Amino acid sequence: MNKTVKIALLLAGVSAVAACSKKAPEVLPPPPAEPTRTAEATPPPPPATRPTGPQVGSQEHFVGAVGNSATIYFDTDRFNIDSADAAALQAQSQYFMQYSSLTFTIEGHCDERGTREYNVALGERRANAAKNYLVSLGIDASRITTVSYGKERPVALASNQAAWAQNRRAASVVIN
Amino acid sequence: MKTLSYLIAALTLALAGPALAQNTDLGEPLAEGGQVEELAIEGEEELGPLRGTVTDESDWRDLGVAIPAFATDRDVPTPANANGTAALGREVANVITANLRNNGLFKPTGPNSLPRPAYDQITDPNWSGWSGRGAEMLVHGYVRARSDDRIVVGCYLYDVALQDELIREGYVVRPADWRRAAHKCSDLIYARLTGEDPFFDSRIAYIAETGPKDARVKRLAVMDSDGANHRFLTLGSATALTPRYSPDYSKILYLSYVDGNPRIYVYDIGSGKQTLVTENSSPTLAPRWSPDGKTILYSMSVAGNTDIYRVSANGGRSERLTVTPGIDIAGSYSPDGSKIVFESDRSGAQQCYVMDADGSDQRRISFFGGRCATPEWSPRGDQIAFTRIAGDFNVAVMTPAGRGLKILTSGWQDEAPTWAPNGRIIQFFRTTRNSGRSSLWQVDLTGRNERRLPTPVDASDPAWGPIRP
Repeated sequence: MNKTVKIALLLAGVSAVAACSKKAPEVLPPPPAEPTRTAEATPPPPPATRPTGPQVGSQEHFVGAVGNSATIYFDTDRFNIDSADAAALQAQSQYFMQYSSLTFTIEGHCDERGTREYNVALGERRANAAKNYLVSLGIDASRITTVSYGKERPVALASNQAAWAQNRRAASVVIN
Repeated sequence: MKTLSYLIAALTLALAGPALAQNTDLGEPLAEGGQVEELAIEGEEELGPLRGTVTDESDWRDLGVAIPAFATDRDVPTPANANGTAALGREVANVITANLRNNGLFKPTGPNSLPRPAYDQITDPNWSGWSGRGAEMLVHGYVRARSDDRIVVGCYLYDVALQDELIREGYVVRPADWRRAAHKCSDLIYARLTGEDPFFDSRIAYIAETGPKDARVKRLAVMDSDGANHRFLTLGSATALTPRYSPDYSKILYLSYVDGNPRIYVYDIGSGKQTLVTENSSPTLAPRWSPDGKTILYSMSVAGNTDIYRVSANGGRSERLTVTPGIDIAGSYSPDGSKIVFESDRSGAQQCYVMDADGSDQRRISFFGGRCATPEWSPRGDQIAFTRIAGDFNVAVMTPAGRGLKILTSGWQDEAPTWAPNGRIIQFFRTTRNSGRSSLWQVDLTGRNERRLPTPVDASDPAWGPIRP
C-alpha cells in the first residue's frame, strides 16, 4: 500500500523531469524539500500575486515559479549549456527580469566520481557557465554570485549513474 | 558595498546556521611542541663505521626483532605515566613494536610476551637468553626521570647472532613528548636495518568527517604518524578540505568555506590565527608548500577558468604560472624546488604535466590511458604519486618522466596520495561506494603492505608532514 504510493510519486517525479530536461536522470527520487511539487506535471506560471503563498524574494517563490528549471544538469566532466539547460535558464531569466531587485547565487556541483580539488574547480566552471548564459539573456552580472561546492554536497546519495546525473548540477538560489 | 557584506553575511549564515554566525570555525590552538634533544649515551664500546646496509627488502621483511620493555634505573613517578617510569618503559617498547609491525617490514615481538631486562643488562645483553628465543635483532632501552623533570630515553639495537651493538642513541624529552622518543628510537632501528630514511617521528594533517552523506561535517584535524595525540583544529561549522603541513610544522594551509566561498587559509598553529593566502574575491584551492616553506602554490578560479599561482609565504604579489584555458591545479614541487608537477584538463581530461618552477616549459608526462590527477612529487625525487582514474580510482606511481607506471591500490575510489617523509610509503583516502564513508590508508611502494590507519571518525585528505627536527 505504502510502497505503491511511493512508486506512484516516483513515477510522477520522473515524468515531470522528463518533460523538462532530456538529460535528467532516468530514476529521480523526489527532492526532500518539496515533495509535493515534483508531482506537478508542469510548473505553474509565475503568480503575479498570491495572498497566502511564498513571498517574492524567497527560494520557495522562485522554485514555485520556475519549477524544475531552478537547476540545470551536466554530463560527466562537462560544463556546456545544452538546449535543455538553455530552456531552463530562459525560464530563470524571465523570473529574474520580472523581479529585477532580486540577487541570487548559482551553486555549482559535481558527482562523487571526481577528485576533490578538481571538482571544486569544475563546479566553479559550471556555475559560471550558467551565469554567463543568464548574463547573455540580459540579467545584470552584478546580481549573480557563484559558488562551487565540488562533490561536497550531493542531493542524490547512491553511487550509480542516475544519482551522479542528479548531482552534476548548477542550482540557482535566491538570496534574501 | 553594503549589499556585498550583506551577501557574505547571508552566505555565512546559510553555511553555519544561525547559532554560529561569527566568521570563524577555529578551535583551541595547539600547544607548542617540545624539542627532542639528542644525548650521547653509554654503550659497551665505541661503534665502528656501519657495516653493510641491507637494501634488498626480501632480506629484512621477515626479520625477527625482539623489543622487551625498556628498563629504568629507579621506578619513580613521572607526568608521562601514572604508574611511574617502569610502566613508561613498557609503553615506549609497545609504541616501537606497533611502529615496526604496522608497516609490514619486520616481525617484531613486543614487551608483553618477553622478559624484561634489568637496567645493567641494557648495555650488556643476555645473549644466550635472546638467541634461545629466536630473535635475530634485539632492541634494548631505558627510561630515566631526570631531576629537571625531563625524561631520558636510551635506545640500543643489537644483532643477536653477531652478539654486537649495531647502533645507539639517547633522547631528552619533556614528559608530554615521551612518544616522540619512542618514534625517534623506531626511526633509528628502521633506518639502520633498511638503509632508508626515517619517517615515524612525523605528523599527519587530515580532514575528519562525520554525519550523513548529504550533510557531511568536515573538520581539520592533526595526529602523530601512528594516530596518537589526535586533535581537531576546526569546529565543523564550515567545511574544511585539503590541508598541507608546512615543512617546519608551524602552519597548515587548507581550504575552508568559512566565509561562504572556497578559499585557502594559512593557519598558524602556534597562535591559532589564520590569514587568506591571497586577498582576492575569487575562489582559491589546491594549496601546496615549496620544500623550503618559502613559497605557496595555489590555484585560483577567475570566471570559471582555474590556473596555478605562486606567492611568497610572507604574502605579497601572486605570480600566475599557467595561462591555458581549462583547469590547472594541484601543483606539487620537486624536492629541489626547481620543477612543479600539476594536473590540467587542457587536453580534454585530467592529465599530469611538469613545468619549471617559473611556469616555463610545460609538458605532459602521463600517456598511459586513463586520467592522472593529484600528482605529488616524492621527497626522494624519484617518483610521482597520483590518482589514476580508469574506471575506478587508484593510487599509482610513475617516474618524473612519466614512465614505470605502477598501480598500488585496488579500491573503488582511492585518491589524494601523500608521501611519507622518506618517500617509501604513501597514504591516501578510500571512499566506500554508496555509503560515502571515507578512511585513511597507507601502502608501501611494493603495493603489498596496505593497511588502514585508525582514526576516531571517518577521514580523508591526509597530508603527511616531514620528519620532525
